Amino acid sequence: MLKHCFKSGRTTELGLLLRVVARIFAVAWALLALAPAAQALPGGKVLAIPAFARKYGLPCSACHTAWPELNNFGQVFRDNGYQLMNDRDSPIWQNPAYFPITIRITPNWHLEETTNQQLDATPGAACTSGVNCVSRTVQANGFDLSGMDFWNTGTLFKNISFSVLPSSDPTATFHFENAFVRFDNMAHTSWLNFRFGRFELDNLISEKRFLFLSNNGGLYQTYHFVPAGDSNDFGIGDNQLGIELAGHSANSYTRYSIAVVSSNEGSVNLGAGAPSLPNVNSGHTYDVSLAFSQAFSAGSQGYERIGAYAYVGFRPTYALTSQGTPIFGEGQGNEPFYRAGFAGDLFFLNSKLELLPYYLHGYDNVYLGISEPSTMPLSAYPQCAAPAVCRAPTWNGGFLEAHYYYSPQFVFIARYELIRMAQQAISTNPGNQSNIDAYSVGYRWYPIMFSRAGLAFHGEFSTTKNIGIIPLSLDGVGLPPLAANGKVWSSSAFVGFDFAF
Amino acid sequence: MRPRLAVLALLLGAAGLLLSAGAPPCFAQIDINIQTATGPMESHIGNFTGHSEPGKAYYRRYCIGCHGPIGDGNGENAQWFDPNFGFAKPRDFTLATYKCRSTPTGTLPTDEDLYDAITRGFVTTNMPQWRPLTEQQRADLVAFIKTFSVKWTSQKVGTPINVPPEPAANIESILRGREMFQKMQCWKCHGPEGHGDGPSAPTLTDSKDNPIRPYNFAVGSRFKCGETNQDLYRIFMTGLDGTPMPSFADVIQPGDAWDLVHFLRTLQPLETPEAKAWKEWIVTHGKELKPIGAEEAPGGGK
Repeated sequence: MLKHCFKSGRTTELGLLLRVVARIFAVAWALLALAPAAQALPGGKVLAIPAFARKYGLPCSACHTAWPELNNFGQVFRDNGYQLMNDRDSPIWQNPAYFPITIRITPNWHLEETTNQQLDATPGAACTSGVNCVSRTVQANGFDLSGMDFWNTGTLFKNISFSVLPSSDPTATFHFENAFVRFDNMAHTSWLNFRFGRFELDNLISEKRFLFLSNNGGLYQTYHFVPAGDSNDFGIGDNQLGIELAGHSANSYTRYSIAVVSSNEGSVNLGAGAPSLPNVNSGHTYDVSLAFSQAFSAGSQGYERIGAYAYVGFRPTYALTSQGTPIFGEGQGNEPFYRAGFAGDLFFLNSKLELLPYYLHGYDNVYLGISEPSTMPLSAYPQCAAPAVCRAPTWNGGFLEAHYYYSPQFVFIARYELIRMAQQAISTNPGNQSNIDAYSVGYRWYPIMFSRAGLAFHGEFSTTKNIGIIPLSLDGVGLPPLAANGKVWSSSAFVGFDFAF
Repeated sequence: MRPRLAVLALLLGAAGLLLSAGAPPCFAQIDINIQTATGPMESHIGNFTGHSEPGKAYYRRYCIGCHGPIGDGNGENAQWFDPNFGFAKPRDFTLATYKCRSTPTGTLPTDEDLYDAITRGFVTTNMPQWRPLTEQQRADLVAFIKTFSVKWTSQKVGTPINVPPEPAANIESILRGREMFQKMQCWKCHGPEGHGDGPSAPTLTDSKDNPIRPYNFAVGSRFKCGETNQDLYRIFMTGLDGTPMPSFADVIQPGDAWDLVHFLRTLQPLETPEAKAWKEWIVTHGKELKPIGAEEAPGGGK
């Protein structure tokens, strides 16, 4: 059971930083002390069999820089429709007992702390309109479980691949993270591959396969960010429902992807799958995603990949209703938005150091930005009355992530991420409202590395500074500060055993 | 530091220390078990010079699971490759015996041969194409693979055979190749129709006594050692060392080998010039053909 500890107080930024540094050392000490414990694990062969390792007999490190992140060999394998192209890819060549399943879950201990939270000064007496309100730090820690992936994927036949990924939250409530069929190498060329279903957009830096797990570090802020008060629910890191045409060169140095997806953020039942957000599900429009990347050989360094992407879509600003109740999938007043930018995957020091730079420019239509129906002129809305001016919100975001592969079985990870508003939807809002700075450090140690199972000991510390908004984190809890330009630090310390079976 | 966190860290650390007492050797130490037979080696492929030291890191990452820490083809996964079901065992680098060479039988292959094998992979086996690695990384791997056998320090690399220009792939050449297929008894292993089902096929073993299957031309996949006519010519003339496929360099003339190449192409379900010429000819002359293998194997062949 988690035990909450309330701590009073405003803290100076310097003081907070010192506490964060002290905490990093404390957590690092704990992680280092824990490392020998992992050595005590059974050294014999593990009978667990991750899906592709079992099928092809390759160690995790063949396809992953450090699992779950793919290296270029793994990328080629994935681009080929989970095929090695050795004329033994069709399931007809497998023992009938073979079934392509992988289970992944992470038992863990973690600590979460969020500053500047708007609480009731007297527990039980609601804070209302600034009365009985106090700003405090909230902290919780304890042992926990992650969600679980139950991944089935492989080939149905030569050049027909599939994936079904029922994924649960820690309470075993499942959803389909992805589910698609893909026709590979159509017309005998790797440049034509067609996918149908729910899938991850072709992000050069995949959030589904990255190396951070904590609540604050386990997502790219840039991939899910929308400004305060914005009704757009789009996240470029979220899986979408639609079709994709993709292609690649033989070694996947050159890659492209064009996807057309429903404008409902991957929700099933034409939007009814997200009943808490009925007004943002459109049954009428489609979004388009474009991605292109090119890799260059850098000799012993490995390869260097750069790419560009763009996503253009629509979101409704209101829904048709019946007896006042929104009708799912009947979003109206669709207004545009886009995300565009570039990314890289760069290797140095004989492939030991990997740098992942990413940049995104975001734009939302003004009606999305102020969360109002586009049926009326802006002047009809009080928040847009003079002296305020309502405009389309724009922002810039990005990160630089670093991995240092001491060996295929030990990787240090770090990331700095920032988001800066370029233009607020409402001109009188503080210019820095919604800005984010995020920091993460950690490591993953894989005490076993062969072709049957995967186990990683994961240690991580992540912290984010959010201006005037609810922190964006995986646990989905948190409150905005009392002031629109107030800072909220949200921090996570995480240790756990991440295993794939 | 908060007392609560400090206590917890202490407890976790103490638990770790307790558990680590008497810990068995860990799989994380797999790298220090890599044992080579020679000192550092180099490879030379075009403009690239490969070095075994970085190659060792790539070997550990990509290859060790099958080829093993001492390069003998007994990696932890090798036990699951069953030659009885057509899955070849991983190559034993300690023997330095290689199927795909441009050099005469019994000699060491060139660095380019090993590089091409890594790049191309081996169809119908678990050896994939390593094209996604950079040229330099593959060159480094070639250099490292050589450190598993002292032959690379005691023997000279063979001189690549000459592949003469390919003559026209006409019906005359194809028919001569067909006669050669009969005369050289290729059908005994590869079968009268090239299905890999000749009378000797069930008895074949490689140099390590593992069952081995002759190539089945009917599946149309690329050959073990390439996919061009030149590659096929080279296979005749160098043989596949370590397998029952011999070198014919001392037995047949280059023109005969080219004829055989052209005929074998007609056995594949591919749209090749040879197949086109053959199909056109067979329509009007099919009845003139004498079945392959009929003299030695009554009732067999077409």
